[in-house]
Amino acid sequence: MTTTTEAGCVLSDLRVALTGSDVDVVDEISIELRPGEVVGLVGESGSGKTTAGTALLGYARHGAVIERGTLLFEGQDVLALPWERVREIRGRKIAYVPQDPGAALNPAIRIGRQIVELLELHGIGTPAERLDGARAGLREVGLPDDDEFLARYPHQLSGGQVQRVALAMAFLPRPKVLVLDEPTTGLDVTTQGMVLRTMAALCRSYRVAALYVTHDLAVVANIADRVAVMYAGRIIELGSRERMFSQPAHPYTRALLDAIPHLGHARALTGIPGSTPGPGRRPSGCRFHDRCEYVQDRCAQVDPPDVEVGPDHAAKCVRIGEIGHWDIDRGNVADTDPAKKRDIILTVEDLRVSYGRKEVVHGVGFDVGKAEVVALVGESGSGKTTISRCVGGLHAQWSGELTFEGRPLGKGSRARSVEDRKRIQYIFQNPYLSLNPRRTIAQIVARPMELFGIAKGKAARDRVVELLDAVALGPGVLELRTDRLSGGERQRVAIARALAAEPDLLVCDEITSALDVSVQGSIVALLEELRQTRGISMLFVTHDLALVRSIAARVQVLHAGAVVESGFVVEVLDSPQQEYTKRLIGNSPTVG
Amino acid sequence: MTDLVTPDSATGTAAPAPPRRPPAARPWITWFARRIGLAVLTLWLCSMLVFFATAALGDPVRAILGRDYGTSPERVAALEAQLHLDQPVISRYFAWLGGLLTGDLGNSVANGLPVGELVGGRIVNSAVLVIVAAIVMIPVAFGIAMLSAAHRGRRTDGVIQLVMITLAGLPEFVVGILLVALFSTTVLHVLPAVTIAGGGAPPWSAPGSMVLPVLTLVIAVAPYVARIVRASLLEVLDSDYVELARLKGVPERVVMRRHALLNAIVPGIQVIALQLAWLAGGIVIVEYLFSYPGIGASLVDSVRNSDFPVVQVLAMVIAAVYVGVNLVADVLSILFTPRARTAITS
Amino acid sequence: MILTTKRIGRQRRLAAGLVITAVVALIAIVGPWLAPYGETEIVGKPFTMEGGWLGTDYLGQDVWSRVLAGGGPILVTAVAATAFGMVLGIVIGVVAAYAGGWLDEAIMRLNDVALAFPQILLALLVLTAVDQPAAWMIVLLVGVSHAPRVARVARGVALGIVSRDYVHSAEALGESRLRVLAAEVLPNMSAPLLAEAGLRLTYSIGMVAGIGFLGFAANPGAADWGQMINENRLALLVQPWGVLAPVLVIGVFTVGTNLMADGIAQLSGRGE
Repeated sequence: MTTTTEAGCVLSDLRVALTGSDVDVVDEISIELRPGEVVGLVGESGSGKTTAGTALLGYARHGAVIERGTLLFEGQDVLALPWERVREIRGRKIAYVPQDPGAALNPAIRIGRQIVELLELHGIGTPAERLDGARAGLREVGLPDDDEFLARYPHQLSGGQVQRVALAMAFLPRPKVLVLDEPTTGLDVTTQGMVLRTMAALCRSYRVAALYVTHDLAVVANIADRVAVMYAGRIIELGSRERMFSQPAHPYTRALLDAIPHLGHARALTGIPGSTPGPGRRPSGCRFHDRCEYVQDRCAQVDPPDVEVGPDHAAKCVRIGEIGHWDIDRGNVADTDPAKKRDIILTVEDLRVSYGRKEVVHGVGFDVGKAEVVALVGESGSGKTTISRCVGGLHAQWSGELTFEGRPLGKGSRARSVEDRKRIQYIFQNPYLSLNPRRTIAQIVARPMELFGIAKGKAARDRVVELLDAVALGPGVLELRTDRLSGGERQRVAIARALAAEPDLLVCDEITSALDVSVQGSIVALLEELRQTRGISMLFVTHDLALVRSIAARVQVLHAGAVVESGFVVEVLDSPQQEYTKRLIGNSPTVG
Repeated sequence: MTDLVTPDSATGTAAPAPPRRPPAARPWITWFARRIGLAVLTLWLCSMLVFFATAALGDPVRAILGRDYGTSPERVAALEAQLHLDQPVISRYFAWLGGLLTGDLGNSVANGLPVGELVGGRIVNSAVLVIVAAIVMIPVAFGIAMLSAAHRGRRTDGVIQLVMITLAGLPEFVVGILLVALFSTTVLHVLPAVTIAGGGAPPWSAPGSMVLPVLTLVIAVAPYVARIVRASLLEVLDSDYVELARLKGVPERVVMRRHALLNAIVPGIQVIALQLAWLAGGIVIVEYLFSYPGIGASLVDSVRNSDFPVVQVLAMVIAAVYVGVNLVADVLSILFTPRARTAITS
Repeated sequence: MILTTKRIGRQRRLAAGLVITAVVALIAIVGPWLAPYGETEIVGKPFTMEGGWLGTDYLGQDVWSRVLAGGGPILVTAVAATAFGMVLGIVIGVVAAYAGGWLDEAIMRLNDVALAFPQILLALLVLTAVDQPAAWMIVLLVGVSHAPRVARVARGVALGIVSRDYVHSAEALGESRLRVLAAEVLPNMSAPLLAEAGLRLTYSIGMVAGIGFLGFAANPGAADWGQMINENRLALLVQPWGVLAPVLVIGVFTVGTNLMADGIAQLSGRGE
């Protein structure tokens, strides 16, 4: 069914390999893009999704080369065209919206000039028409079109505005095919919602065939018509959105869906053990077999072919039909009961924080109960991280009252008693920055014990092994440095270090946001287990409302440094009272 | 065209940047005044460093008289009076600073002539040497950098890199003496080994004798500049917006010209400024080697003769050149960086 | 660690630099025992090809023997000055970066003042008031002239590290400031600082030899590569080896150390 006469394009059997080696980055990629349709290309880091996306423009990054494959577009194979012809098609007929638009606009050239230059380059219109075209393009994406705006430099725009300028630039030459590479990474949910709606509307009204590359299944569930799931360089499942979310066939797709939280109900999230292997480290046969719960011997030997599992729905798995059905609700659990009695250990009253003369947190108050998870949720600039840093002793310039087990807490760790420092532990967002790369895992985890006099020498070492076991890491990592660990493993080490101090309160600052969703699932499962077995309380900072539903009992919704709404998760999310909360919930992409 | 999104949603996520006004003079004046103020402060601190390093650390009289120090107490006393050593060091410093500011540079200890007269012509000679070296060096260094960046990772680039690292390691007197041996004395005999403009004529009246000093300075400085410019070119060529420009179908030659060079200018300015200031130090050795009548050679002689007034003035001249060049480079960098430029007027 | 044998082997510049540096340093160390004549022994008429294979110098001393004997002082002085300058600069830079705020501002402002003088000029300033410099004085002067430049590099590297979360984490645990610097900050600076040390060693050799070349050596009359150039400079036309021999060893030495520094910098850049 190669319908190449109509616009749109068909990519077949693409292989991109590292230059001068037989190591593939992506392989056997075949996908058809149809006009007016958005295809979501989903994958975790290391899956090769961006490589597959840019290959649609006949482009491979420095160090990689397109080795094989055809891209049928308007009756010709773009990948076989000479370099000059490819360049004519790029941008004009097949356009690209990059991951980080801020870095992708030239910082030294004004916005208007950059748009006009794009039209000049493709020889579109007269100079006056080009300027009008630029204005019209900006209007389309909901931006001002006056001279003042055209004269701005990229750094004078907000993240959402920059992203919309990039969208406008992509749509202006009226392309037939559009590749969007995670264009909403780093945007707040409200801005993200706006950009996504603009994009979807433009795609449909200009009948553009769009490929939306992302790691976020929830975003895809909201905008895509069809969904392709990539794993370790291959598309392992491809089907319509409805089928992919209701009847996923591949074990990887199912595991991925089990790992994501839903806004509608609390779920017991599960992760996928291990991490996605990068180019050169991928196993033979089915590339997922070493992490698959349904693995059999033949999985390691046979390269699974595409199996048709339904109309327009195929998956690469030799065991399809043998592994039963899947239910999207299978992980659902009950929300925390608001009637449950709470035993308060931390109280925050009238907390105010200023940077310089500017107050960024305005009199925030809340409390945390024993063995309870309280979420601080908000967009960037809401003050959620600042509040958590005050509680964790990392920020010392604040006023108000912090009370921990009835005692007032000092400002900053150096003003606190050893006991307080020990019992409140902070876990950072990015595990790539929070562990000293020059120390071994054993040294890192043992240090709080030595410092607080909990254990020394052999005893400390035994405790380290126990703690690593508690966070599902074997004793094999003891003498390693962090550069040998994956992101998820590093975050487990960070959690083990926090546990080493035997804390009563963990302050978790977006600790899953730098991790892949399958890893996030297993970290959340670990935290829940720690809460239940050790009775540890947690202050959990996040921007992800769906995650709040699965992890927290209570939630504080923050906006511009103040609490907008607070209460039990089930109440706030199911019957929000404030406009802001409603808008936040409305814009949050979700699967369930 | 249809409005798909209401324009007012843009204001909901308005950027922190204010609307662009017509160029406002006031913030610029304030900013510039602050920069000048900082430069003056730096120079003032420099003057303290110069004065105390030369006058307060050692015993000037002993240094001047050398072996005669022990044998002729009357000359010691005379010199002490001439240098006002009976006064406390702080008041000597302020007297000296006052003189510096009013143009009274004092007299040489070695020959009694006014310092201003001694160094005036030599400053011009040195300035000519440095400027000629810079004029030759800048295009050479940028050319090498662009050649190297265009051939990145290939043989040409590798060879250029190796040559540059080798040259960058050589002290300037090694370069100079090897050039002299090559062109003047041992291998060929085509260029004069020393500056031979006699009778007070400026050194450039015999252009042949300028070749080796200029060449030495260029070889000493160009490799470093070329490496920095190459690195910043590569950084820009690897950036997302250049990648996007390519994905938009922009020809490679336009990518290099419009995108890469424009954004590599600022690091280029910075490194040139750094190297101009460095040339001011390089001339000390080069002028001495080629007997070029500039402040460098003069400085070496004055240090040997413990001629404090001359050393102090020359050191201040060199520090002022450094501070001045940096000021100019800062202003130019700001002008070429939109982000910094708009930060000032907002 | 960045300096494993395997990685050095892969980095050809570093390997070449290490070999060259080691050979020159070896000559400087064992040279005095290999010299056919004493370093101040008169073996013939000045500026002739009498004596050893490189002829005689301005006093009729043997050039080859003096080349063999004259590396030690430069090597020792340059290494000591580099070490001193590195330690001083690292302390200034790291303290400024870790302290932050006005202290950082003040330290770096003063640092800028020192940067306004070319390194050789800083040394010459002090030599003006000194009749005859001692060897330790040269070490001190060269080292001090490195310090502001090292401080700037060290502060830049440290700024990138003190804002890392593992430093914050140590502070939240209540570690002492000294331990935070020693255990968390400094070990993570070692690679770029090692590269900087290599660069500084190159400049130290150039400066120490340069001071000798300008005629301010600590020990006039003794064999010293820099001083030899100055002594025999005027006879470049008649007896070039008196000048060229020390010039060439100095050149080879600095090229070696610079290659080494560059190799380390490339390794550490890739290791990050």
